[in-house]
Amino acid sequence: MKVLVPVKRVIDYNVKVRVKADGSGVDLANVKMSMNPFDEIAVEEAIRLKEKGTVEEIVVVSIGVKQSQETLRTALAMGADRAILVNAADDVHTDIEPLAVAKLLAKVVEEEQPGLVIAGKQAIDNDMNATGQMLSALLGWSQATFASEVAIEGDDAVVTREVDGGLQTIKVKMPAIVTVDLRLNEPRYASLPNIMKAKKKPLEEKTPADYGVDVSPRLEVVKTSEPAERAAGVMVGSVEELVSKLKNEAGVI
Amino acid sequence: MAVLLLAEMTGGEFQQDATAKALTAAKQLGDVTVLVAGDDVAAAAGEAAKLDGVSKVLAVSDASLANYLAEPVAALVAGLAGDYEHIVAPSTANAKNVLPRVAALLDVMVLSDVTGIVDGDTFERPIYAGNAIQTVKSSDAKKVLTVRTANFDAAAEGGSASVEDGAAAADPGLSSWVEDKVEESDRPDLTSAKIVVSGGRGVGSEENFAIIEKLADVMGAAVGASRAAVDSGYAPNDWQVGQTGKVVAPDLYVAVGISGAIQHLAGMKDSKVIVAINKDEEAPIFQVADYGLVADLFDAVPELEKAVG
Ligand SMILES: Cc1cc2nc3c(=O)[nH]c(=O)nc-3n(C[C@H](O)[C@H](O)[C@H](O)COP(=O)(O)OP(=O)(O)OC[C@H]3O[C@@H](n4cnc5c(N)ncnc54)[C@H](O)[C@@H]3O)c2cc1C
Ligand SMILES: Nc1ncnc2c1ncn2[C@@H]1O[C@H](COP(=O)(O)O)[C@@H](O)[C@H]1O
Repeated sequence: MKVLVPVKRVIDYNVKVRVKADGSGVDLANVKMSMNPFDEIAVEEAIRLKEKGTVEEIVVVSIGVKQSQETLRTALAMGADRAILVNAADDVHTDIEPLAVAKLLAKVVEEEQPGLVIAGKQAIDNDMNATGQMLSALLGWSQATFASEVAIEGDDAVVTREVDGGLQTIKVKMPAIVTVDLRLNEPRYASLPNIMKAKKKPLEEKTPADYGVDVSPRLEVVKTSEPAERAAGVMVGSVEELVSKLKNEAGVI
Repeated sequence: MAVLLLAEMTGGEFQQDATAKALTAAKQLGDVTVLVAGDDVAAAAGEAAKLDGVSKVLAVSDASLANYLAEPVAALVAGLAGDYEHIVAPSTANAKNVLPRVAALLDVMVLSDVTGIVDGDTFERPIYAGNAIQTVKSSDAKKVLTVRTANFDAAAEGGSASVEDGAAAADPGLSSWVEDKVEESDRPDLTSAKIVVSGGRGVGSEENFAIIEKLADVMGAAVGASRAAVDSGYAPNDWQVGQTGKVVAPDLYVAVGISGAIQHLAGMKDSKVIVAINKDEEAPIFQVADYGLVADLFDAVPELEKAVG
């Protein structure tokens, strides 16, 4: 079986994001970029399935600016076999919406015919949590989102999902889309020899036009603003003082 | 303008709080029909009909809808979409699973985690773990949105909408339910509690987490946790508060042994009053706390429990 893993280049999760003064967006100039953390988990899961012998080939796909090559190389260094970059934007500030990403991925799926797509549950930049579900709808495939455990059993995937009340296990017919949650695995680091090897792995470049997909946005960003600031608080010296403040000043207990 | 609101059904049960909060948002957009879907929804539909401001309840009972699996529920909602301009649901795990699928079936974008409604086309939503708020205007003919319950007050009871029965869509039969592992608890629900007490990695172990739970119980609070506490197995996954967990905005949030990473703050910084207990005076959590106490949690928490008990 072949597995497809979409990986997104996003601002590193450790970076403190700054909103641009003119409200036009957030500042991405000279900011550290990394693979979306959920996508590292997705790549790791695909590699583990390959190590178990369930999967023969792992294809990673990224949609965005040319620099997304780095993200794909990271995935190749972790253990993916082949990469596809869809050059869909020139400006690092352009974010391709999940609907357009899903449409492009659907075309890639038609060409590649994977048995499974493993995506992240959420990109930590736009916080949409949508692409996997949208891709699944476009393909008419089954979906298992927010996975904390994945087992392939014949033609089915048995997936445990993180839901509001705890955990839910479902069985989905393959081909399927799985989106991964934090507890699924701990992604490996790429070793230096593997980083070197990854440079020689195939990376194919495409454009949305190659797939006949229109990526123009449906949502126009009117403005981007800073969240409301909290007023400065006070330090208390003891539990007694804390309780007194909560009772008499804040009135919350 | 007509709005279809998906009632939140968890484990086959109607969730009034989440539904009533999303209703407050939906009412700003137009005339609200509530869709109650599940295995046998007669009772749930009756409860939904009592919410103030509901015009009509559409009750759809079918075995295929029992566990709110994405494919049959999305097919049902997409099939009904013709009559509505907005499709709205509270940002629950169920809705995040289903609504993007509905949006793609309708060839429209989804608006996730809406925190503010400017007008029928224009919405505010947090991005980058809440470090920025984006105002977006949709050019789609239909708007499909999930709304953050922490940002809207629950609609009151007192309505008496009519209930109409509807039919499920054909079940594509792609998925089946195997089991739910849900911890029953007498504590208030995390997303609707007035007080939340959360523990982090500083708590140190699953056994130690009992002191967080005891404090929560004397305060009548829900229990939350940081990702580190969940990953380390101190607390179950559904207690995680943050960017990728639950978003809460209680009257009082007590963060114990939590450093205050942006991903955690994303889930609690709209709380009315924040208390932080941490032994490191440099911990970033103190920057958002109204009351900060630098102390060892193993001394402070039992003392606090006695003082409020
Ligand atoms: C993609 C992604 C998504 C994430 N999503 C979330 C999310 O939704 N929610 C979330 O919480 N995190 C999330 N995180 C993780 C986040 O970045 C932090 O790693 C996490 O919040 C840290 O948890 P913590 O504060 O409990 O642990 P730590 O950062 O290790 O802090 C422990 C704190 O306990 C204090 N402490 C230790 N011992 C004591 C004691 N005896 N008494 C008092 N204080 C003590 C320490 O001083 C320290 O400040 C996410 C990360 C990523 C990459
Ligand atoms: N531009 C992109 N390129 C590749 N994969 C993406 C892209 N956008 C989203 N994805 C995938 O979809 C997941 C969810 O993203 P989102 O729906 O934007 O929150 C991510 O974790 C990726 O696996």
